[in-house]
Formats: sequence, structure tokens, C-alpha cells
Amino acid sequence: MSKTHIKLSATAAKLWFGNKQVLKSVNVAFPQNKITALIGPSGCGKSTLLRCFNRMHDLSADVMIEGDFLLEDQTLYNGKLSATEVRRRIGMVFQQANPFPKSIYDNINYGLQINNIPKDQRPGIIENALKESYIWDEVKDDLQKPATRLSGGQQQRLCIARAVALRPEVILMDEPCSALDPISTAKIEELILRLKKDYTIVIVTHNMQQAQRIADQTIFMYLGEIIESGNTKQIFKKPVNELTKNYVKGHFG
Amino acid sequence: MKLALREKTDQTAKLLFRMTGLMVIAILADIFFMLLWNTVAFFLKVKPWDFISGTQWNPSGNPANYGILPLLVSTSLVTLGAMCIAIPLGIGTASFLSDYAGRKLKSVLKPTIEMLASIPSVAIGFLGIVVLGPGIARITGQSNGLNALNGAALLAIMSLPTIITVAQDALEGVPNAYKEASYSVGANRWQTLLQVTIPAASPGILAAVMLGVGRAMGETMTVLMATGNASAFPKGFFHSVRTMTATIAIEMGEVPYQTTHYYALFAIAAVLFLMTLLVNIVGEHFVNKYRKYQAA
Ligand SMILES: Nc1ncnc2c1ncn2[C@@H]1O[C@H](COP(=O)(O)OP(=O)(O)OP(=O)(O)O)[C@@H](O)[C@H]1O
Ligand SMILES: [Mg+2]
Repeated sequence: MSKTHIKLSATAAKLWFGNKQVLKSVNVAFPQNKITALIGPSGCGKSTLLRCFNRMHDLSADVMIEGDFLLEDQTLYNGKLSATEVRRRIGMVFQQANPFPKSIYDNINYGLQINNIPKDQRPGIIENALKESYIWDEVKDDLQKPATRLSGGQQQRLCIARAVALRPEVILMDEPCSALDPISTAKIEELILRLKKDYTIVIVTHNMQQAQRIADQTIFMYLGEIIESGNTKQIFKKPVNELTKNYVKGHFG
Repeated sequence: MKLALREKTDQTAKLLFRMTGLMVIAILADIFFMLLWNTVAFFLKVKPWDFISGTQWNPSGNPANYGILPLLVSTSLVTLGAMCIAIPLGIGTASFLSDYAGRKLKSVLKPTIEMLASIPSVAIGFLGIVVLGPGIARITGQSNGLNALNGAALLAIMSLPTIITVAQDALEGVPNAYKEASYSVGANRWQTLLQVTIPAASPGILAAVMLGVGRAMGETMTVLMATGNASAFPKGFFHSVRTMTATIAIEMGEVPYQTTHYYALFAIAAVLFLMTLLVNIVGEHFVNKYRKYQAA
């Protein structure tokens, strides 16, 4: 295998909520055009780590972050990149589908307008994003319908469309399938696999089968630390660490 | 024996509370019927349409004129002016408190604003006479500044606490998920506030405005002191006006009992009551809608 290009990374990342330390010196690297799965028991800090990369913690008081976060070779915090630029280049799909209380069309149009994409290009981009997210056929007849009236799975795909419409470089997904039925889940997995050729993807999941189906690389977290990371096959078939072995076999978590 | 005593106090307390509760309801019903009764008595003498559309209020003239249009316009003018000032200020302050201010600043500002609500209206009217009035007079070159603008500015101050508090609750009730979604596509705070948070909170903000309107419309002492009370048909913000509330307050003391004029004042009160009731119902409707939306 050729040397992989690291798109996004964190070195010695530490995070405190007030005086409670949630991330304890985390080192991770996400290779370009690969899917990385982040697994671990509830409360171990997966979402917290993910949200460091698009600076979502900036919005809450009482959060302290240390360590180096890099997109390519640019630092995400206190460097040349502004928070809004970081978020534009690193998109996010949240655990709970969160479309705006606007129409389907406006849900995607909002980001385009915020980022000053010329008006005449927007309809094309919106259609394309909806197609890429496998939701076009279901919504093409009524793009003015309120997004909140879509089913949970459709909403989640709309949120993915909203993220991909901006052509970010990285897409962070926090349990995008946690509220979905198997058919919607399969659709989203298919979508994620297709998106891989254009994007670098990090996905948090509690579903061991899902991680094995789609991830190239898997990272196991426990109590705010990275316990083991590596090739997905290796993590699931031949885990080195005892904790990893127990977790992937379903003995705790 | 102790048990029996306790039973007895319990019974007495129950009776007492029931009586006070009934009394409050009885008083309210009394007021309502008094209003209704006197209004009906008035309309037996003057046609409702003449009352509403008449452009002259001159009860002591010969013949007497009972047209409340100038009073209605005065009240509307002052309320409209107050809202033009209070709505942008109130929504701005509420947005600042909910989305920008740090915890420390908020803990100082919030009680300060609530304190503003407890300043007696006489004190605010006084402010209008000695500070705001002369100020307006100097700027406009008039002999005094007792006019609609003065009243509007004071009413704005008085309705601000309500507007700010309710609007802030509405803004803070907007699910965090919407704001995060907005930030995640690269929007900044200002864009998020203007295009996501405020639209999502609009039912609550509308309710805040309605409550503010109700507050401004019913206020008496301040406008009585600050607007000059000229009974001519109001010509604009820089002219003296005489609101419905002020008219009732001024004339009620001198009017002979059970004359047409006496009944007319009750009719004004009834119209005012209908107006505030309408505003409150509309406001309440939006508050409820907003609560439902919050629960979803
Ligand atoms: N805003 C916050 N303030 C204080 N503590 C928080 C906050 N958010 C998360 N935590 C704590 O940080 C720890 C990690 O939370 P996080 O949401 O990252 O877990 P997770 O691995 O994503 O769990 P799950 O799989 O259940 O989503 C938890 O103990 C949680 O209680
Ligand atoms: Mg989580």
C-alpha cells in the first residue's frame, strides 16, 4: 500500500467540560478518501472528539481545549483559519437529524447563500446534492415542502445533502443511522461508500456490523482515550488490546 | 382531641379560601357588568356609529359631541410610536441577552431590566415632564415638549421589560440543534441569529410584541402627564394628544353622576377593554402556538 495522505489529525488533544476532563491526550489521524469509524461505549467522548474538528465547542462556555488539530498542514485553532472557514471545509452530520424549519430547497440553499455561491448556480448544486444523497427521487416533486415533514431517514439524508452541497473536504458523521430502520440505514451506508471517493469521512457508530461494512480504518475509544486503532479487519478479527477484544465481541458497552 | 382540632382548622381554612376565591370572581364580574350596564345606557342616547366615527370630543359643548375618533387616533398614535421604538430595541436587547452576552453580564442585566418594570408610572411621567419634554421642545423649537412623541418614548420604556423578557424566552427556546446546523455550514453568529434563530422564535417574539402593545395601550398616568391632553383632533407626533385613558382619568372626577357624559366615559372604557382584550387574545394565541412548537 502506498503511503496514505493524512487529511485531518489531532495530536495530544485534551478537553475539559468545566473541571471534568473528557478527552485525555488523544492522538488520531484520518487518511484522505478513507472512511474511519470511531467506536466505543456510550459517554467515552466520541461526539466530543468529533465536535473538536469543526469547532462546535466554541459555542459553549466552560469548555477548554488543548492540543494540535490539523487540516492538511493548517492548524484549526488560533491559526489563519477562521471558525467559519473550518466549518465550511469540515462538514458535519449530527446524531439527531436537524433540518432547519424551512423548505427542503431552503435547507440546502441556506448554506449556499451563506457562502456566497452565485444565485444562478444554486438550483443546479441543490439538485445535484439531493441526487448524491439518494433523496432526489423522493422529494423532487415538492421541494417547497417543509423539511420537518419528511421521515426521519429522509431528514437525515437531507442533512447529508446539506453538508455535501458545500463540497467540504471532510465530513464528520455522528451516528447518522442511530434513529433509522434497516432500509434507510442501508441507503445511507451506500451513500457513504459512494461519497468516499470525493471526501474524507469520519463516522461515529455503535453498530459493529456497520463499522465492518463500511470503514477502512477503525478507532476504539474508552474513557476519553484511544485504546486501539488500525485497519478495520484487524480491529475486529485480531484486536491486540483486551478492552478492544471485549468491546467488539459485545461483552460490554 | 388534637385530631379534631386539626380537622376543624382544615375545614375553616378551606371555607376561607373558597370565600376569597369567590369574592375575586364576584368583583371581576361586578366590574364587567358595571362597564356593560353603563355602556348600554350610553348607547341608548347616542348611536354607536356616531360615537365611534365622530371627530369631535366635546361633552360640555352645546350641542355636546361624543365622537371618540380623536381619542382613538391619539391612543393609536402613541402606541404605534411606542412600538416603533420598543420593538427594535426590545428584540435587539433580547437577542443580545440570549446569544451574545456572557453569563456575568447577563446576571447583571436581567435583574436590571426586570427592575425597570417596577418603576411607578408617575415617576416615568415625571421624567417626561422635566427631562424628555424640555429636550423635545428644544430640538423642535416648540414652546413645550408635551406631545405624542414624548408619550410614545415613555411608553416604550415601560413596555420594554415585557417585550425583552418574553422575546428572550422565545429566543432561548429555539433548539440548539438549529443553531448548530447553521454554524456547521459556516454561518457566523449574526447570520445564524437573523436567518435561523429569530425566524424560529417568531411566534414567541410576536407574542412579546402583542403584550407590549397591550401594556402601552392601557397605560394612563404616564400619557396623562406627558402628552399635553389637547382635545383637538391629533395632527401628528409633534402635537399634543389626548388618549382614551387620559380622557377617562381627567373627566371622571368632575362629571355629574348618571349624565350622558358620565355614561360616555364608561363607553370609552368598554372600547379600550375590547381593544386590550383583542390584543391579549392574539398575543396569548401566539404564546400557545410557540409552546406547542417548543414541545415538538
Ligand atoms: N456540554 C457538556 N457539558 C458537560 N459534560 C459533557 C458535555 N457534553 C458531554 N459531556 C460529557 O462528556 C462525556 C463524553 O460525552 P460524549 O457525548 O462525547 O460521549 P459519546 O462517546 O459521544 O457517547 P454516546 O455514544 O452516548 O453518544 C460524557 O461523560 C458526557 O457526560
Ligand atoms: Mg455521541
